Amino acid sequence: MNNKDLLNLIDITVSFEGFLALNNLNLNLKKGELRAVIGPNGAGKTTFLDVITGKVKPTKGEVIFKGKSLVGKKEHKIARLGVGRKFQSPRIFENLTVKENLEISVSTPKNPLNLIKKSIKDEQLNEIERLMKIVNLAQKVDSKAGSLSHGQKQWLEIAMLVGQRPDLMLVDEPVAGLTDEETDLTADLLKSLSGENTVVVIDHDMEFIRRLDSNVSVLNQGTVLCEGTMETIQKDQKVIDVYLGRPED
Amino acid sequence: MSLSKIKFDKKIVLSFWIILIALIIAAPTLLPVFRLNLLGRYLSLSIVALGVDLIWGYTGLLSLGQGIFFALGGYCAAMYLQITSSSEFPNNIPEFFALYGVEKLPFFWEPFRSPVFTFFAIWIIPALVAGLIGFLVFRNRIKGVYFSILTQASLLVFFNFFNGQQKLINGTNGLKTDVTQLFGQMVGSESMQRIFFWITATIVIAAWFFAKWVVKGRFGNILIGIRDDEPRVRFTGYNPVIFKTIIFSIAGGLAGISGALYTVQSGIVSPQFMTVPFSIEMVIWVAVGGRGTLLGAILGAVFINYAKSLVSEALPASWMFIQGGLFILVVTALPEGVLGWIQGDGPRNLLQRFGLKRKIETYPSLEVNNKEGNNE
Repeated sequence: MNNKDLLNLIDITVSFEGFLALNNLNLNLKKGELRAVIGPNGAGKTTFLDVITGKVKPTKGEVIFKGKSLVGKKEHKIARLGVGRKFQSPRIFENLTVKENLEISVSTPKNPLNLIKKSIKDEQLNEIERLMKIVNLAQKVDSKAGSLSHGQKQWLEIAMLVGQRPDLMLVDEPVAGLTDEETDLTADLLKSLSGENTVVVIDHDMEFIRRLDSNVSVLNQGTVLCEGTMETIQKDQKVIDVYLGRPED
Repeated sequence: MSLSKIKFDKKIVLSFWIILIALIIAAPTLLPVFRLNLLGRYLSLSIVALGVDLIWGYTGLLSLGQGIFFALGGYCAAMYLQITSSSEFPNNIPEFFALYGVEKLPFFWEPFRSPVFTFFAIWIIPALVAGLIGFLVFRNRIKGVYFSILTQASLLVFFNFFNGQQKLINGTNGLKTDVTQLFGQMVGSESMQRIFFWITATIVIAAWFFAKWVVKGRFGNILIGIRDDEPRVRFTGYNPVIFKTIIFSIAGGLAGISGALYTVQSGIVSPQFMTVPFSIEMVIWVAVGGRGTLLGAILGAVFINYAKSLVSEALPASWMFIQGGLFILVVTALPEGVLGWIQGDGPRNLLQRFGLKRKIETYPSLEVNNKEGNNE
């Protein structure tokens, strides 16, 4: 642990009635880093995000974000501290328009009084316009989000995530169901976001992860199996065993 | 851009309002006093329906206990009227106390001597009770059907309590208001009832605008967000507990106002306001009128109740079947309610089915864009 770290997960264990979803997981993220997390099904990838965002309380261990512990904090408090999350399947508000979706994400402070008394600030409207251009939804401002295509929904959710201005972005399978072209654009978008933001991307798609050109953590059975660049982990015997299966299994 | 939204231009809106206001002013001369009184009552019920639409239609909280807040508002109004009209009774307290040998006014009646206190109590007490119940329930993340069951259970608790307290609030007999005095006039008199009708009509319109103001903009969008995907709202940094408590409390306040107006126009408040079927009926009015439309809640409350009184006069005992049928019809054929159906493509689809209207193109957006292009 050092001062440059944005997030430290220390010995995290999550037990669901005896089943260890995470088992002594340790992971450190530097500020501005882009990190890919991969792992076979059931490796604990989504639970790992649930622990950071407060959805699941770890049975044991500490989550330190910007020097403060997140364990036991409510989800909305953690979000306000600067942790943003994109879900596996796009979760946007389908009955609201694209613009209204983005308004919800960029508005600050996020209390009822502010929302009902004041109208949205000009700089926030500018931010919404900027975001809509980035994700190519400027034409769809007043369309119901539910009428968007799958890819557009994924991008709207990414735009909502960026609009929250989180220090840490947790992105769960952003390219599931996207075309190759959209996948490439998403990879470029996420790369451009890192540097200023710290981004964690979870995915199965190896081509996509390779394109991210970042450090990769491999999760298996609730713990970090190995960390390194794509080249290193591809040569790692443990990783090959996990992904291809060991002869004696 | 959607074809379905009916566009009202300003002239139509203006003439609608002129006709509506003219009708409200003229209603007392057009309708016999009995019908006028019924209409006034049903209009007051539309205020509680607005509250149900806010919490259920927009926020997704199906409360089966709005009768609690409705009755609380009614009791506040009735206590004031009873106590200010009790000077000729023994001990200067309302007449019914003598039946149970009570000589001293229970302490909680005292503040209701003040008209100002009563004016605020009618909506603040129900709003506070709703806020408290709501906060405790929402904080523990109880939602969906468990929330509905819990509100219904609370309703039964309140019902049984009010029903059993003869010495405090006349128990099951309730509090009569029609023979009490307000500003030197009998509350049940024709002239008073006319004034109550106008007050009710004005408050319905005010409540409608208030509800529209609440749901417009970002606050209303958060409510819809909570209804559709509450965890997402949470992960975006909002605390749904506060939003839900606020809206539940607003609905409680509206129910209180509604109950008070209903009480003075029906002449009595009793624990019957807190029976289970009555609170479920409130939900049916909104379901039939159209969830999440506000206007649908008002129309649903007024028309269903008017139909109920007309049907009950013609064919006694058949109303329950009709109401049940109506509910089944809405659930199966019109899930968006009547107004939701009209605002959607309902009428057009129906005409198409009978070959009375041309089918729209497979890509409606193309058609719309072309039309717009021509107009420009």
